Amino acid sequence: MAGVELTTVRKTYPNGAEAIFGVDMKINDGELVVFVGPSGCGKSTLLRMVAGLESITSGTIEIDGKVVNDVSPSERDVAMVFQNYALYPHMSVRGNMSYGLKNRNIPKAEIDQIVEKTAKTLRIYDYLDRQPNQLSGGQRQRVAMGRAIVRNPKVFLFDEPLSNLDAKLRVQMRIEIKRLQRSMNVTSIYVTHDQTEAMTLADRLAVINEGRVEQMGAPMELYSNPASLFVASFIGAPQINLIPVRFEAGKLGNGSLSLSGFSDLPTDTDLVLGVRPDALELGKSDQLKMNVELIEQHGGENLLYGALAGVVDKDGNSTEICLKSGQETLPAINEVLELGFDVSQAFVFRKDTGERLQ
Amino acid sequence: MKRVQFEHSPIPYLFVAPQIIIIVVFFLWPAGQAIYQSFLLEDAFGLSSQFVWFKNYKDTVLNDAWLQSAGFTLFFSAIVTFLSLALALLLAVKANEVIHGASTYKTMLMWAYAIAPPVAGLMGNLMFNPLIGDMYQFMNATGMDFDHKLDGFDAGFVVILISVWKQVSVNFIFFLSGLQGIPKSVIEASTLDCKSSFRRFWTITFPLLAPTTFFLMVINITYAFFETFGIIDTTTQGAPGGATTTLVYKVFQDGFRGADLGGSSAQSVVLMLMVLALTVIQFRFIERKVHY
Amino acid sequence: MNWRILSTHLILTIGAIFLTLPVWVAFASSTHTAETILREGLQLFPGGHFFENYNTVLFVEGGVMKKVTALQMTGNSLLLGLGFSIGKVVISMLAAYAIVYFRFRLAVPLFWVIFMTLLLPLEVRIIPSYKVVADLGLLDTQAGLIIPLIASATGTFFFRQFFRSVPDEILEAARLDNANAWRFFIDILVPLSKTMIAAILIIMFVVGWNQYLWPLIMTTKEENYTLVIGIKQIYQILNEGGELPQYQKAFALTILATLPPVLVVLVFQKWFVKGLVESEK
Repeated sequence: MAGVELTTVRKTYPNGAEAIFGVDMKINDGELVVFVGPSGCGKSTLLRMVAGLESITSGTIEIDGKVVNDVSPSERDVAMVFQNYALYPHMSVRGNMSYGLKNRNIPKAEIDQIVEKTAKTLRIYDYLDRQPNQLSGGQRQRVAMGRAIVRNPKVFLFDEPLSNLDAKLRVQMRIEIKRLQRSMNVTSIYVTHDQTEAMTLADRLAVINEGRVEQMGAPMELYSNPASLFVASFIGAPQINLIPVRFEAGKLGNGSLSLSGFSDLPTDTDLVLGVRPDALELGKSDQLKMNVELIEQHGGENLLYGALAGVVDKDGNSTEICLKSGQETLPAINEVLELGFDVSQAFVFRKDTGERLQ
Repeated sequence: MKRVQFEHSPIPYLFVAPQIIIIVVFFLWPAGQAIYQSFLLEDAFGLSSQFVWFKNYKDTVLNDAWLQSAGFTLFFSAIVTFLSLALALLLAVKANEVIHGASTYKTMLMWAYAIAPPVAGLMGNLMFNPLIGDMYQFMNATGMDFDHKLDGFDAGFVVILISVWKQVSVNFIFFLSGLQGIPKSVIEASTLDCKSSFRRFWTITFPLLAPTTFFLMVINITYAFFETFGIIDTTTQGAPGGATTTLVYKVFQDGFRGADLGGSSAQSVVLMLMVLALTVIQFRFIERKVHY
Repeated sequence: MNWRILSTHLILTIGAIFLTLPVWVAFASSTHTAETILREGLQLFPGGHFFENYNTVLFVEGGVMKKVTALQMTGNSLLLGLGFSIGKVVISMLAAYAIVYFRFRLAVPLFWVIFMTLLLPLEVRIIPSYKVVADLGLLDTQAGLIIPLIASATGTFFFRQFFRSVPDEILEAARLDNANAWRFFIDILVPLSKTMIAAILIIMFVVGWNQYLWPLIMTTKEENYTLVIGIKQIYQILNEGGELPQYQKAFALTILATLPPVLVVLVFQKWFVKGLVESEK
């Protein structure tokens, strides 16, 4: 049980490519922090640097107060669950789970006890004597987790462990992982590109983009208070509505769109207005007009997609927006809806830097 | 077999014919001849022959020269296999680890495959030549009184050294390919579980190399049995006193030089049986035991 | 950490030297005169007689053997290497195609017949093979040299494995396109196999070039010697003869015998390795 601290961590590859541009963060003991971001953003690299599988070009990583830059992976007391499980193909499930403990010279009786207990918790007790190639994907995943759990490490590392599972299994395992982490109270770092996974699992979330941490905080904090355009559009499903606007004469506008309630915004630059689909309300006012094009019925809720009336860009394309509504009567296609939103729930970003202004 | 196949066509017969014909004429017929010949005893001029059942087998197989040759062959195969596998494995593991100059090293370690055994034999022969060979001087300088023309042990040393030298490249290529076939993430997982790289190698890497290793063992034993003929023929010719005569070399000697057709054929048949046993083992064990 | 990297490089370098030094010494020694070698032993650095020695060996009649020149021997080796590799590929591909893609009564027994060749390496049937070839009047001929060698099972097994890995759908699509057995083979299967064919050709060229036992017993006239056989003969010549043993010529011959296959292996390294590893049964 320990905290992890990263201080100005940088990584540059021998060929000059920079992967991580200086990351600072402090992860508290027992916390589950999720690194989330698009493919190639560096989240896995960062995780592997904590594990010791990638070298650190500059900066320090501390685990439990000790600098581990030059400590070998097996001595950092971390355990990792790999995306493709990385089970030892020539060992049985029991062998896989015992291997790490054997190498630490723990007596066999104790190893057997720990392995069997963990296997029962993960419901893989019946498979202890099977080989990995005799197991299904979900079973293998649990063995990979078991292998990490028996080590009783200071930090758990998860590298997209659920990506190779089918959707239903993914949801199941997500819940199981959260439960386990809570009960074991082990500091954990979890990497995923799936924002739903991130939002539901994390105590705190770090959104990573192109080697930099854009924002770190509790999930709801990032949801309702995104620091940048990237964070706002990455977090939240369906994606936030983004409307290109300019601030003129005290109003935020574009084309026939004109919205009041905004102030203190730069006048000479392109801005982006962000409004979440669930912040839009039907009929309250006519701030926005939407021409309905597509309706998605999700059972408990409906998503209405359409073109924002009166806003057209240089190529003649309109901005698409999305409205989340309940089970009331559905509008027809091509109907024009009048939507309103609370200005305090909207975000304004600079288009060029993505910085949030309001 | 394939799910979809052609039927009712003369083509398969046509296509398979060339190979079958050659096999019948040059493999099966001579093999049959060898077996038949092994039951005959010919006189010195090859004019008449006598059917003697298993006399040739008894005479040949139970005589001292054959037993010495068999013993040497087994010993020789074991050592050459072990040494060339061990060296190649070491080099392959290191070549897999290194980053700078990897491809240069690999090329330099691989190319010796192209050298023919007799060529390697001649080069080795000249290196150990009493007149000009540095190796000869080197061995004697260590105070050993080395003379491979006289001492059976020294002769064996020379032949073994050259045979291993020649075979390292092939094993290296296969080991390297085998190493690269192990998923990187499995190795990474092992670095988290185990501190000592030595231990990691023997508990994870080496077991996962098992298919390659078994395959190479068969290849190497076959090499030691048969292909080393070229090396022996250009170095010691089985001398001194039959100390470096492998079973194959003996077949050649007795048949071509000694004109003992019956005996030589009997030895050929015995060799055939040994190869059969080896092949059976290969297919039984390798296909069965080591597949993850 | 650094110590580890250093030891890795050290081991690799020692290995590389171990494998290359003998050949380098052979080359260096081949560029000196016989006297130098006899006086000083094996040479580490090249001397000045490169052109002279190789010229004698390659072009001068009686330069290295009693009659034939190394150039002629090179020609023989080349014929053997090319003939063997091409012959092997053609025969194996045809046979493998027949066995994999056709349902015919003799398929299984014929497969086992081919398999049996694995049990009968040349060394086991030397004398009767020699007799058969002699009886057919094929001694000292290219045909007699090449043909008996090309029918062993390894090539067929390799192609069989490869063909089995070709998806069935391709054959089905071809049949829908009205391709008959011959067309399918020529228009589809062969082009698909191009990489494998190249790899096998390369490996078999080296194997053919390096053949020893069979050419040894089959060629009696000097002008039919391959370079590899020349090696054997020169060994005997070295030990006879009253004059100074011409070691530099022996070395030159070994270099010549080694050069083409080594070049092939180096230039085509990737294909060669691929073919070798793929042919793992």
